[in-house]
Amino acid sequence: MTFGIARETELLLGGVVGVLVTATVVSTILKARFGPTPVIVNLRQRTWTWWGMSIVFALAAMLGTAGATILFGLISFGALREFITLTPTRRADHRALFWVFFVLTPLHYVFVGIGDYGMFSILIPVYAFLFLPARMVFSGDTKCFLERAAKMQWGLMICVYCLSHAVAILMLNIPGFEGRNMALLLWFVIVTQLNDVLQYTWGKLLGRHKIAPLVSPNKTWEGFLGGTVCATAIGAALWWATPYLWWQAGIMSLGVTLLGFVGGLTMSAIKRDRGVKDFGQVLQGHGGFLDRVDSLCFAAPIFFHATRFFWAHF
Amino acid sequence: MNAQRLADLLAILARLFCGATLHVVDEAAPFEATQRVYIPNHSSHLDFVVLWSALPRRLRRVTRPVAARDYWQKNASRRFLSVHVYRAILIEREHVSAHANPIEQIINEMGDDSLILFPEGTRGDGDEVGAFKSGVYHLAHRKPHLQFVPVYIENLNRVLPKGEILPLPLLSSITLGLPLHLEEGESKAEFLTRLREAVIALKEKTE
Repeated sequence: MTFGIARETELLLGGVVGVLVTATVVSTILKARFGPTPVIVNLRQRTWTWWGMSIVFALAAMLGTAGATILFGLISFGALREFITLTPTRRADHRALFWVFFVLTPLHYVFVGIGDYGMFSILIPVYAFLFLPARMVFSGDTKCFLERAAKMQWGLMICVYCLSHAVAILMLNIPGFEGRNMALLLWFVIVTQLNDVLQYTWGKLLGRHKIAPLVSPNKTWEGFLGGTVCATAIGAALWWATPYLWWQAGIMSLGVTLLGFVGGLTMSAIKRDRGVKDFGQVLQGHGGFLDRVDSLCFAAPIFFHATRFFWAHF
Repeated sequence: MNAQRLADLLAILARLFCGATLHVVDEAAPFEATQRVYIPNHSSHLDFVVLWSALPRRLRRVTRPVAARDYWQKNASRRFLSVHVYRAILIEREHVSAHANPIEQIINEMGDDSLILFPEGTRGDGDEVGAFKSGVYHLAHRKPHLQFVPVYIENLNRVLPKGEILPLPLLSSITLGLPLHLEEGESKAEFLTRLREAVIALKEKTE
């Protein structure tokens, strides 16, 4: 459990404010010089939304484990809502989906919040996995049964189970790092999100060679390499906020950025298949919750388990 | 809390829960202060409240639902909501006679307000838009200046389908089409078909 705010957390939050002030000033200058072109308008929208998201995140971090857990629970809920909206379900799934949204998701986050590693690990992959199809059977509709059950489970796994591994870092007991887990969570979120931003920026500046033209036409090799190198360097440079040594922080950042990239690409494949550009429209300029956290969903489990295995005491 | 405050609060809650986004077909100009009849498809108890919540506040206050008296008079809270919050025009579904004619009643009660009227009369399963009842034609015939705005409400049949009590928090969307008028010499069947096809066209557009 984390109480109070560690010095590292303060420094990271201060850094975020610094970056956002810079982004705001730069985008204002760009707008004054080049006028409101679509790219600049989108850049400004994104910046303002980043301000909003950062403030909410900072407030939650100040409230400690409870605040951060509730925030991640709400993000999961929002992401899952977008995922299920886009996934065709049938009338007969209604009651099972009610369990997904209002029982399983909150219950999972209760286990995250109280730090029950066992239940946190198995509730969704084992018990929800068995319970949901069983509940669906009672509705008597067998059409596309396996497909419907699989989609529901997939949504829960990505949006709730995988994503929650980020905030679950707070439950770890890392010798010599007590009381600073919030800084580690913040470090992880900063590295994954910066990676997204840097890949986007490098891609916009230098992007020529498409990396996966059939899945996500905006992703380029230049963006990928530029983003990965920069995000890894920044992650290593912020080693002081983690229990890792500087080179360990670099390896961890590299793993997190690569998985984040794969996550973004995988979720793009789903969007492409469903014929949409974004999962939602809640976050101005960014799309939906799931568009913002797709990289987090894929990177969080490795971040959590690597840290737990090599650094935590259990 | 007075009824108007409660109305604003309900609208905010409905927006949050149903995450409705409002789309407008080009030139549909939804926010004109002209007297209109919104004619949405109907598949959920939430259809009215979500459409109503998605309208800007000043229009919400002058847009009234036409609803079934038997359903909305059943208990005190429904009565309060329908009369004071939604300012519904409650019509008889059964025992319609020359004296208790719902069209006359709507025309008498609506004044300069706009209406939300479900031309299918009852909720469908959400897959198909049902046949339109003739009420909209009679209304158009009596008040030829009325604009009929086709509306397609998507996904609310998944949020709260017929026969379920507990809603799911899925995202819905509302699409408004171009306003239509009753043309000179247009027959009842032609007019009803035209309105229904306008709603179906919006449905196909969103899919």
